[in-house]
Amino acid sequence: MTNQPTIVKVVGPLVVAKGMKHAKMNEVVRVSKEKLVGEVIELHGDEGSIQVYEETAGVGPGEPVELTGATLSVELAPGLLEQFYDGIQRPLKLIEEKAKSQYITRGIEAPGLDRDRKWDFEAIASSGDEVAEGDILGTVQETTLIEHKVMVPPGKGGTLKDIKSGSFTIEDTIATIKVDGKDEDIMMLQKWPIRVPRPTGKKLLPTEPLATGMRVLDTLFPIARGGAGAIPGPFGAGKTVTQQSLAKFADAQVIVYIGCGERGNEMTDVLKEFPELEDPNTGEPLMKRTVLIANTSNMPVAAREASVYTGITIAEYYRDMGYDVALMADSTSRWAEAMREMSGRLQEMPGEEGYPAYLGSRTAGFYERTGACECLGTDERRGSLTAIGAVSPPGGDFSEPVTQNTLRVTKVFWALDAKLTYKRHFPSINWLQSYSLYTEALENFYSKEVAEDFSKNRTRTSEILQQESKLEEIVRLVGTEALSPKEQLTLDVAKMIREDFLFQNALDPVDAYTSIKKQYRMMRAILLFMDTALPVIDQEDFDFLRVQKLIVKEDITKCSFIPEEGMEAEFDKIEDKIRSQMAGLKESGAETKTVSEEPVATA
Amino acid sequence: MSTAYKTVTDIAGPLMMVEGIEGVTYDELCEIELVDGSKRLGKVLDARSDLAVVQMFEDAKGATTEGTKVRFLGRTFEIGVSEDILGRVFSGSGKPIDGGPEIVPEKKLDINGAPINPYSREYPDDFIQTGISTIDVLNTLVRGQKLPLFSGAGLPHNQIAAQLARQMRVLSPEEVEKGKGISDEQRGESDEKFAVIFAAMGVTFEEAQFFQNELEKTGALSRAVLFVNTADNPVVERIATPRLALTVAEYLAYEKDYHVTVLLTDMTNYCEALREVSAARKEVPGRRGYPGYLYTDLATLYERAGRVRGKNGSITQIPILSMPEDDITHPIPDLTAYITEGQIYIDRGLHQKGIYPPIIPMGSLSRLKPKAQGEGKTRADHSGMDAQLTAAYARGVEVRELAVILGESSLSETDKAFLKFAERFENEFIRQGPTENRSIYESLSIGWDLLTEIPREELKRVKDEYIDKYLPKK
Ligand SMILES: Nc1ncnc2c1ncn2[C@@H]1O[C@H](COP(=O)(O)OP(=O)(O)OP(=O)(O)O)[C@@H](O)[C@H]1O
Ligand SMILES: [Mg+2]
Repeated sequence: MTNQPTIVKVVGPLVVAKGMKHAKMNEVVRVSKEKLVGEVIELHGDEGSIQVYEETAGVGPGEPVELTGATLSVELAPGLLEQFYDGIQRPLKLIEEKAKSQYITRGIEAPGLDRDRKWDFEAIASSGDEVAEGDILGTVQETTLIEHKVMVPPGKGGTLKDIKSGSFTIEDTIATIKVDGKDEDIMMLQKWPIRVPRPTGKKLLPTEPLATGMRVLDTLFPIARGGAGAIPGPFGAGKTVTQQSLAKFADAQVIVYIGCGERGNEMTDVLKEFPELEDPNTGEPLMKRTVLIANTSNMPVAAREASVYTGITIAEYYRDMGYDVALMADSTSRWAEAMREMSGRLQEMPGEEGYPAYLGSRTAGFYERTGACECLGTDERRGSLTAIGAVSPPGGDFSEPVTQNTLRVTKVFWALDAKLTYKRHFPSINWLQSYSLYTEALENFYSKEVAEDFSKNRTRTSEILQQESKLEEIVRLVGTEALSPKEQLTLDVAKMIREDFLFQNALDPVDAYTSIKKQYRMMRAILLFMDTALPVIDQEDFDFLRVQKLIVKEDITKCSFIPEEGMEAEFDKIEDKIRSQMAGLKESGAETKTVSEEPVATA
Repeated sequence: MSTAYKTVTDIAGPLMMVEGIEGVTYDELCEIELVDGSKRLGKVLDARSDLAVVQMFEDAKGATTEGTKVRFLGRTFEIGVSEDILGRVFSGSGKPIDGGPEIVPEKKLDINGAPINPYSREYPDDFIQTGISTIDVLNTLVRGQKLPLFSGAGLPHNQIAAQLARQMRVLSPEEVEKGKGISDEQRGESDEKFAVIFAAMGVTFEEAQFFQNELEKTGALSRAVLFVNTADNPVVERIATPRLALTVAEYLAYEKDYHVTVLLTDMTNYCEALREVSAARKEVPGRRGYPGYLYTDLATLYERAGRVRGKNGSITQIPILSMPEDDITHPIPDLTAYITEGQIYIDRGLHQKGIYPPIIPMGSLSRLKPKAQGEGKTRADHSGMDAQLTAAYARGVEVRELAVILGESSLSETDKAFLKFAERFENEFIRQGPTENRSIYESLSIGWDLLTEIPREELKRVKDEYIDKYLPKK
């Protein structure tokens, strides 16, 4: 009796129990008569602190705590895709069925994966093979998009004694491996502790971009496959719209989307939209490659803390199969706040703004789990895990601890800017403040796969935008008259870059996605406009308005709506038009044919 | 009868420590009896084997460590509900204050509620007509949305909230089909059940009375429930007030099919109460002294809005908050906007110009509007009109600033047109009477009329087909 752990204190999601000598750190425990799920997060002699993943109202001292011996883990096997989980991998649909209510009631047990469903397992390895950890034993067609690779679990390499194809549940034995002289039955189901990174082979430097279809990202601030990016911004600036856009269009094979401490309706929206939206690359419903995790702001705060780990462990599992996986977490600030809340209840020494001193190391630890790598196994397959975290700084002030700690470890910074939102410039990503540290690593890829001068054009585009901000300063002080024709042209071209290229409406079905090749052509057309205009405006007494009035400018404005198919020919036409209209301006008297009748606004 | 403990050892602000207790649970409700026999409610914030920290919902004035008795009630804070609750007025802690009898409850519900499963939600997409042009056209309110009013001291947020409560309704299919509003008389009584729930936290007596009178005047009081905590009522009681209101709302919406509108005013006072408790507990404060869990706490209130699959009712939430020093980066508006689905921004500048309702398009946003505007919801030209008016007004305001520096004569013809548009927009579109109830179709017509000020080639956000159809010929 004395050994039975018993609650001695309850404060919100923190429960302290005594009799915890035999408990392990991060062990899953069942708290109180209601058997609420909890995790041991601190041990002091006989006493242990537990963070509880469900509401603790009505729980009190004297109630029992049950040790389970297991660490907080996720279940990994076919059936993860298309699922909609809470922060501790309980399917929300199953919770609804069991609760018989729209409310998440307490003490509901809901396994992450269906135990009864049968999958067609096709063996690839054969009896007698020597298999190493990570080697592919066989495959299951999990969805129309993803072939699930059933791998030798870490630590289970040996001689394959038996393996069979057929229809199996995830707990059926599909193979037997002799590991260190002992026969071990292997089933498709693996469990993995969420706070421990899954092992990989050699880490590789990222060399390929993760195309996103968003022009400002792909062209100016690209993220690499296996990279880590942060998207901080004040409320309403576009974090969620951007993250959802990435989940739709990012050129990855598997998407893990974590709604961490944000709105319920946003997850409902994704859940409704994704099964209907087609993957631009395959035409299949997007949901077939997606795992959704939602621990919304009103759900228990401790499970919010766990949700990002649940998500990244599932993402790693698909990376291990050799897939390119992309993970979005919206918003990592809510995760940090959950840590802060637990730390406060534990009465730990607070760091900056009340966040625990380990905020930095936890953040780094999370993003450390991204990367491109050779997967575990002998076939040298490669996988990658890209993570993009939204950050919600209080008051939109980027100097706060979560933003700063995140920027220290992410290599891409997409800075959302309230001023742009205010002007309804979308995506409101500030082109002067944002950066990508991958541009050099990706240069080779772009020049081979897109165009030789892709990187050169990017650099020029950035420069024009920087010049614009300097020139605007001058204009504010002394007005436009003081500008040379060349400077005026720079301002005009910068405006074209902003309005016709960077502006992109995520809610418009055509505009929402632009291939990288088309982005290149759009950019090139604008730069060609500049290059051909330069000698024109250099002419003596040339009236600059004539360049501004060129009809071809309207064609450039409409570029984003040119359909992907056959776009090269369209752009060739536009470029021809630019050249001929500019040439027209060089020969005097040609203006009537090339110049639009309508007056041009000068705002 | 449970044990009455006389072991209060410490009283600090709204907190009380009780020792030598047994079987107390977290969040348990307790009754505190003072020496003079008066009773107060409290709840357990920290439950230990031999000690409980209790937060009182009422004033600690007159409380003594000796002689005070604490009884733990074996349940959390609950409210008894039945449909008879409609038409009643309660204190901020749920006691009837209208002289009427106690509610005979059909059931008792925990005021903390439980989180709605995101899988069980239905995405809100039904247009609500408020009769206010700046909301209906530009910041469309959707049934089941949480859309706060961001205001400041001395601004007419109460009038606007009352006008909303009075005028909110959905369109009939006939109206949508014909693209024309019909008057209340012609429309007759709708067979939908609707209710207004009003939670006042720390507002003045006049303000509370204002709402009650407004509801009474229009005969809406019989469909309303009021929870009133005024400025002279206990501060910590306010922590319970919105939860009581939302619990009743959930009961009416999801069990009795009501479309419920919940007005919560003033959220700033609610947050002050949280800060007070947090300070008394000596918690590490977050920004500006507010507790680090303010976001989570507010979310557990605001997220109790919405629609649920398979249920007819809905909860639309309109929290009202006054921004300290009109500062939108203050933690209360900031964290609110991080949770709600947009915000309606009440502007001091417009108010000073004498414009009612001073709702400014810049800074205001309804995030759910795309799905509630357009064909089948309002009219096909709606979203284009929204974008065009917003853009044109923004430009007009820019021109106005320019004109101040450079003089009006230096403006181009186009700029002058935008300037005139902005003036008319403020006076004809934004400005309307406190009882003026415009149909969305009237509002759109005003919009089209205003657009005649602008050169046709500048109308880039509305489609040509709608221009041809709706733009009045000059
Ligand atoms: N790329 C875009 N295209 C079109 N509209 C956009 C875009 N980005 C943002 N918006 C508009 O801005 C609104 C707010 O965007 P979003 O919900 O993504 O903000 P957020 O940064 O996630 O805010 P919060 O921190 O409050 O969650 C959207 O509802 C939409 O109207
Ligand atoms: Mg968001």
